Formats: sequence, structure tokens, C-alpha cells
Amino acid sequence: MSGVIKAENLHKVYSETKIPVKALNGVNLEIMEGEFTAIVGPSGCGKTTLLNIIGGLDHPTMGNVLVANEDIANMKDGELIDFRLKNIGFVFQAYNLIPVLTTLENVEFIMLLQKQDKTQREKRSMELLEEMGIADKANMRPSELSGGQQQRVAVARALASKPKFILADEPTANLDSKSTENLLDIMAKMNKEENATFVFSTHDQRVIEKAKRIVTLEDGVIISDVKK
Amino acid sequence: MYIKIAWRNIWRNKRRSLITIGSITFAVLLACIMRSMQLGSYDRMIENAARFYTGYIQIHKAGYWDEKIIDNSFSWDQELLAKVENTEGVNSAVPRVESFALASFENKTKGGMVLGISPEREHELTRIKDKMVEGEYLQDNDEGAVVSEGLAKYLKIGVGDTLVLIGQGYHGANAAGLFFVKGIAKFPVPEQNNQTIFISLKKAQWFYAMPDLITSMSLVVDKAKNVDRILADLNGKLDMNYLEIMGWKDLMPDLLQGIEIDNISGRIMLWILYAVIGFGMFGTFMMMTAERMYEFGVMMSIGMKRVKMQFSVFLEMLMMSSIGVIAGISISLPILVYYFYNPVFMTGEKAEAIEQFGVEAAYFFSLQPSLFYNQAWAIFFMAWILGFYPLYVIQRLKPVEAMREA
Repeated sequence: MSGVIKAENLHKVYSETKIPVKALNGVNLEIMEGEFTAIVGPSGCGKTTLLNIIGGLDHPTMGNVLVANEDIANMKDGELIDFRLKNIGFVFQAYNLIPVLTTLENVEFIMLLQKQDKTQREKRSMELLEEMGIADKANMRPSELSGGQQQRVAVARALASKPKFILADEPTANLDSKSTENLLDIMAKMNKEENATFVFSTHDQRVIEKAKRIVTLEDGVIISDVKK
Repeated sequence: MYIKIAWRNIWRNKRRSLITIGSITFAVLLACIMRSMQLGSYDRMIENAARFYTGYIQIHKAGYWDEKIIDNSFSWDQELLAKVENTEGVNSAVPRVESFALASFENKTKGGMVLGISPEREHELTRIKDKMVEGEYLQDNDEGAVVSEGLAKYLKIGVGDTLVLIGQGYHGANAAGLFFVKGIAKFPVPEQNNQTIFISLKKAQWFYAMPDLITSMSLVVDKAKNVDRILADLNGKLDMNYLEIMGWKDLMPDLLQGIEIDNISGRIMLWILYAVIGFGMFGTFMMMTAERMYEFGVMMSIGMKRVKMQFSVFLEMLMMSSIGVIAGISISLPILVYYFYNPVFMTGEKAEAIEQFGVEAAYFFSLQPSLFYNQAWAIFFMAWILGFYPLYVIQRLKPVEAMREA
């Protein structure tokens, strides 16, 4: 297995308040292809910040982030948008679907941005929706779906473009236990069948139990890194 | 897909979008009706003045316009007529003798404007036969007179009565004559209706002792917009040391100035209307932007470029504006077509009050295409300017902050 993400000596300081806040304080982390990793820790420990930086949504104050051997820490905003489109799938805590598009169109959307042809887009989208068990909801709008179903669409969308890895920021935070169980099963299946690399930030014990690797953060520092 | 997203986004908040579209529709409707009425009235005023007073182009002896006396007349012959009438765009030339005389019947006297006319040619310009309300119209070499209705009423003169005219003729000669009233004509503009007397050109030349001379030649042109070109053509053909040629804008500077002033006030009203609508549109665009910050953040996170998001949002604004504009024009068009063919004539005291200012007491409407596309441009221009706000917000958007703040 090769390293998909390599974070070296990552520091992040938020200076918007009077007292600067050190969110990350020298994080070193390497995620291998096909891993199913949970980043855990108490609120404010820097989980989301770490995910944002390795996802190219934010810049570190210091340090490097190599994704597929490309340093994204110094990329410009426009380059990062392109990079994210080609390499990273996102699942957010709040349901992050485009409300005016149907389930199928939401899954297709990233492939559309990647300029894939319509037939290919529809085929891949339907395959993923079938995998997620929501093919019958293809023509429904997000508002007509339950929270769990919406998150499954979000996972399908994140997988649609076959990214190098998927970042999920507390994906089960708003779900009931049954939906959480379903979503985790689907993600584990995708991890296994499509060799998709998943990185979660989570508080959720059920996610932690499913994870194959658990990275624990505290005060912006990794205090443990356990592989099951 | 972008068009689909934009279209569906408009209907996300139906009530708000309908209110915004409704306000644009209302603004376009109101603006079209307002401008149509204004431009229609201007056209009518110009046409009335040009048709009755002046024609769109006039030829005089050089200096006549500065000193409108009968001594500044010029000779009119077939050669001059041919030169003028062979000019492209000129349908015919209408010779006139214009001067003043005291008109009298029994114990009533009033100053009147005497127009010596070539009856058939005059009709071609002013449609004067259509204005006859009593008696008969003139013929070439007619001995009688057609009196305007207002003057006839004042003098208490009727068809078959004899009108006395006394004035000053060419080079100080006395002008005095008796004319039987052959007919009475009614004119829409009170200034003309209250003082005009028509006699045949031959009779006028006899009356003012100016054989073969005329004071002006008005031209009937095919289209008012050709006036400038015809003026240029005639300038090259005629002896400009002896004659002067003037277009309607020079002939009626007061009217033109009045129209321009009124037009400016109309435009100011429109700007105020559009400013009010503009604030409404801006409010909608601000709300649309503010409530979708999280969504914009997500879209950018997953790899949608700013320019594509801006394009999609701009499409929304364009679609919303277009619906409003199309609806506004679609509603206003049949209304304006109806009123174009059926002007609103005022009656009673209100009409009399307006007529005292020398204006026809009626609302006329215009159907100029510019009337409609100018409103469309105004709305699109406003949407384009106001659209910079969401485009600017998207340009400055940072996905993490957008999602966190939302």
C-alpha cells in the first residue's frame, strides 16, 4: 500500500481573536490507500481543522500536506478547487446536497463538473445509488429523503468521481442509530469493494468501532494512532 | 445543468420570486404605459403642428423666418416645383400665402390668420377636408373662404354669410375683400381653431396684391425620419442665396424644447420607479445570496469553480428579470395596441382647461419598438449592476468560513 495523504509537521493558528488559538500543533500523519481511518478526540481538539487542511479547504500556518505526492499546502485557491474536484470526495455533517437537484442529479453533479459524458455519468450514478440501496429514490429531491438517505446520497456523490480518498466530517452526527448503522455498513462495503480510502472525524463510538485505524487528537497534537 | 439549477433555484422560494418578478412586471408595465402616453402625445403634437402649421420641411425666401412679413415672399414656378417634387422622399409641395387680416362680420371683429392655399395639395398635407364640419371645401381659384369653427362662433358667422377681411398687402398695399363663407372646419388645436381663415391661393395673391408669389412652401414627405436627408438633398439643389429651407425642428423650436423638458421629467419619474424596483431586486438578490452561503461553501468544497457558480447565480437573476420583462411587455402590449387605435379623449371642464394651453385634450399612445426594448434594457442593466453583489460575494467566498458562518 502507498501513502495517499502525508501531513508533515502541520501547524494551524487562528488569529482572528485577540488570543491566537493553536488548532494544530505539529501533526504528522500518513494515510495509506484503502484505509478506513477515524480521527477522534474531544471538541476543539483540531479534528475538523485537520480534515479541512488535508482536504485542501484551508491552508496550514506551517507544514506540508502531500496528497498523491503533490504538496497542496501551497496551492492557490483556484488550483485547490480543481485538485479537490479530481482527488477528494467530501461528506459533511450537515446534509450537503444541492436542494434543487434530484438524488440522481446530485450524484451526477461532480462528474458533470469533471466533464464526463452523460451516459457514463448516469450509469455510474445509478450503480452507486443501487449500492447505497436508494435507487428507487433517484428522482426525489433531498427534502423528500430522510437524513440517513441524504447522507447515503452524499457518500454516493463523494464516490462518484472515484476520488483518491473521502473525507467525512462527523457524517453520523445528525443520524439515528439505525441510519448510522446503515451508513457505516455502506461505507465499509465501499471501502472493501472499491478500495476507497475513508478518513472520518467523529465522536461517535459506533464509527470508532467500525474504523480500522483510530487517530486520537488532543490540543492539536496526535496522542495515539492505533491500527486494528 | 446550470440552466436547470438556476431555473429551479428561482422557484425555491416561490413567494419571494413571484413578488420580485411581479414588481419587475409592474415596473415594466407602468413604464411602458407612461412612456407610450408621453411619446404618443409628443408624436401627436409634432404631427398636429407639422401637419397643420408647417409641414415637416418648409421653403421660404431667405430671411422670412426671422422677419415673417408678406414682403419676404418668393416666386413660385413649375421649375422650382419640379426640383422640389423630384427629390427622393418628397411626395408633394404645398404652396401657401400666410398673413394676417382683421376678420369682421356684422358688429364683430377679430384678428385672424389668413392662409392662401392650393386646396388639393393642402388636403394632402393637412387632411383639411376631413375637418370640414359644415358647408363645402375650397376648389382651385375659389372665391369663397373656409373659416375655422372657433372663429366662426366668435363672429357668429355661418355658411353663406359674407366675411370682410382687411389687412396690409405686398409692399404696403391695402388689402380688403369680401369672401362668402363656403364652409366651416374644426381643428383639434384651439390656437388654430380660433383664428384661421382659408382662401384659395389665387384669391390670396389677389387679396394681398402679390401675383405669383408665395410666403412658404411646405413639403409632404414619405417618412418623418427622412427629413434630415431631404434637407441635405434640397440644400444642394436650390439657390440658397435666395431661399431658405428648414426642418420641423427649426420651425418649431418652442415645441421641441417643451417636449424635451417634459421628456426629461418623464425620464426622472422612470428613474425613480426603477430605483424603487431596483432596491426590491437588490433585497431579493441579497437574501438569495445570504441564505445560500452554506450551499455555496459546499459546492466550492466539492470542486465547483467560482466562475461556474457565478454564472449559475447570474443566470438566475437574468431569468428572473427576463420573466418580469416578458410578462410586463406581454401585458402592456395589448393595452397599448388598443389605446393606440382608440385614443382617450377627455371631455368637459378638464378638456377645456387643457385646450386653453393649446393642446389637444386627449391621451395618445405610441407603439414605438424602442418603448419596449428600452424598458427591457433598463431592467437588464439594473440586474447586471445589482448582480455584482452576489458575484462579488462568491468571488470572496472561502468554503470553510462560508459553511461555518452559515
